[in-house]
Amino acid sequence: MKTFVTRHLVIRLLWILGVLVVGFMVYAWRSSIPPIESPAADSFDTGSVQRGAQLAALGDCATCHTAPGGETFAGGRPVVTPFGTIYSTNITPDPGTGIGHWSQAAFQRAMREGVDREGDHLYPAFPYDHFTLVNDTDSAALYAFVMTRQPVQARTPENHLPFPLNMRLLVAGWKLLFFKKGPYEQDAEHDAEWNSGAYLANGIGHCGACHTPRNSFGAEIVAQHFGGGEAEGWHAYAINADSKSFETWNAEDLHMFLSKGWHDRHGDAHGPMAPVSQNLAAVPDADVKAIASYVASVMGKRDQPSGKSTASDTPSNDTGAAIYAVSCASCHDGTRPLPFGGVKLMLSTAVTGESATNLINVVLDGLHPPEGTAGAIMPGFSSTLTDGQLESLVAYVRSNLGAQPPWTGVETSVREARSRERD
Amino acid sequence: MIELKVNGKSHNLSADPDTPLLYVLRNDLQLNAAKFGCGLGQCGSCTVLVDGAPTLSCVTPIMLLEGRQITTVEGLGTPEDPGPMQRAFIEEQSAQCGYCIPGMMMRAQALLQRNPRATDAEIRAFLEPNLCRCGTHMRILRAVKRAASLMAGPGSTPSTQTPSAASTQIDASDADSDAQLDRRRPVHSEKRERPER
Repeated sequence: MKTFVTRHLVIRLLWILGVLVVGFMVYAWRSSIPPIESPAADSFDTGSVQRGAQLAALGDCATCHTAPGGETFAGGRPVVTPFGTIYSTNITPDPGTGIGHWSQAAFQRAMREGVDREGDHLYPAFPYDHFTLVNDTDSAALYAFVMTRQPVQARTPENHLPFPLNMRLLVAGWKLLFFKKGPYEQDAEHDAEWNSGAYLANGIGHCGACHTPRNSFGAEIVAQHFGGGEAEGWHAYAINADSKSFETWNAEDLHMFLSKGWHDRHGDAHGPMAPVSQNLAAVPDADVKAIASYVASVMGKRDQPSGKSTASDTPSNDTGAAIYAVSCASCHDGTRPLPFGGVKLMLSTAVTGESATNLINVVLDGLHPPEGTAGAIMPGFSSTLTDGQLESLVAYVRSNLGAQPPWTGVETSVREARSRERD
Repeated sequence: MIELKVNGKSHNLSADPDTPLLYVLRNDLQLNAAKFGCGLGQCGSCTVLVDGAPTLSCVTPIMLLEGRQITTVEGLGTPEDPGPMQRAFIEEQSAQCGYCIPGMMMRAQALLQRNPRATDAEIRAFLEPNLCRCGTHMRILRAVKRAASLMAGPGSTPSTQTPSAASTQIDASDADSDAQLDRRRPVHSEKRERPER
């Protein structure tokens, strides 16, 4: 009798499980969109291609979709995530290895829903959680732009993801939990420029992909929008009211920083932000102004600079002071203005900010403008400083120049930065 | 007192620990190859090697260098018996005003010690931080290529070069090609460079 009941229960549970699995499969399944002949370049309107180029710059497409030293948009760049390594895909119109067979509908579905032409779910390393906000006109312009690029034959390497994350069907579950489909909804409380900025920053610009913290499933925590996140071994600063910058950012300063890559009272764009500002230098000023106006409003107004000294007594640190005097002061305490001189370190968010990571990265590796471009330079000190000396320097800069309480875990941050250097 | 090891020799110095290495090299040790250019670590003319890595001596305090191996151009050979890097720069007549050349040589030395078969692109990328205002870049690049082939010559490695091995190598490499002799005469250089531009 007892075994009969148990067996009955098991069968029932199996039924429920089966129904759930089938239900999920039905939910997750996406049809393939039929392949098309690659459209001729002259079938696109020039204005649309031009706007597409600007949107691609706003979206930093080339930064991820180009392998180091590889052809632009041909993909193959490894994107290292906490879950494994995902390779960016070839988005040139090559029929075999790129998106040459993709119709505009297929392209738009990838942007809106994160599903490729064949119907497979895309990993959210491709930030469709932002691109879903891109409107029809802009999506068509981006399609026109990428389909008129030079086709490059380049097969995308296989991702390195452990089981079960290598099953793309699971991404449908992730979407069910965390993905909110577009389009962008106008906010009537704000003016047209603000709305345009919010649309660009949260849509194609995907600022939050780096600047918003993520949960353990790798999804952005909506409640902490722009609250600061991690990107490729760098800290993406909080760009909301939690910003730890010494000077309060306003729209004008942001506009200059975003389009030039530096600001004399804030410092230089470095790490993954450097290509962002290089790209923004090539887009219409109105777009950058709109983004600046929106981000400045999210950051809000501050009465007191948050960087103002809270520490009454700064610890003495002869080693750090001596290294600073010889290695740093000639630029950072000099009279030459930015971008030729270095920023006063008390003004730098790398010093006053929430994490030591960026300061350590810059001291170790310096700043190097990419090949063929102008930009701030700084020599790296990785070969001369021992870990202990670097920690002394970081402590000195943080306490004595930034006037902030010491960071915790600097030793670990130094070790991690060193291990990234060796990679 | 700080003890510095420069070109294989130990020196006890009474200089302040926060003195830049460049000042100690030039003022205390009379090693004048490394130059003071910008004093900001932005031009590379003060480059020396610290444990084989190119290091800007104008922004490096000596307190960081105890127990480390420092190498300057003087450590690559002597006027009577120049090392392969020095010979290559002489043979290619790479110096115009010459101010940047010691830094260029040391940075190139660091590259070739690590990667003896560096490609043209790798040499260009690695030398990128060092500036030359005369514009002898093409000759500098040729000199680095030549240094690489001199170092790869029979019985010779860059760091363990013995005087006898170096001199045999000059004979061997000179016999290799007439063009090399030609390049020692700067008069012909303009004609030679044009096709490369």
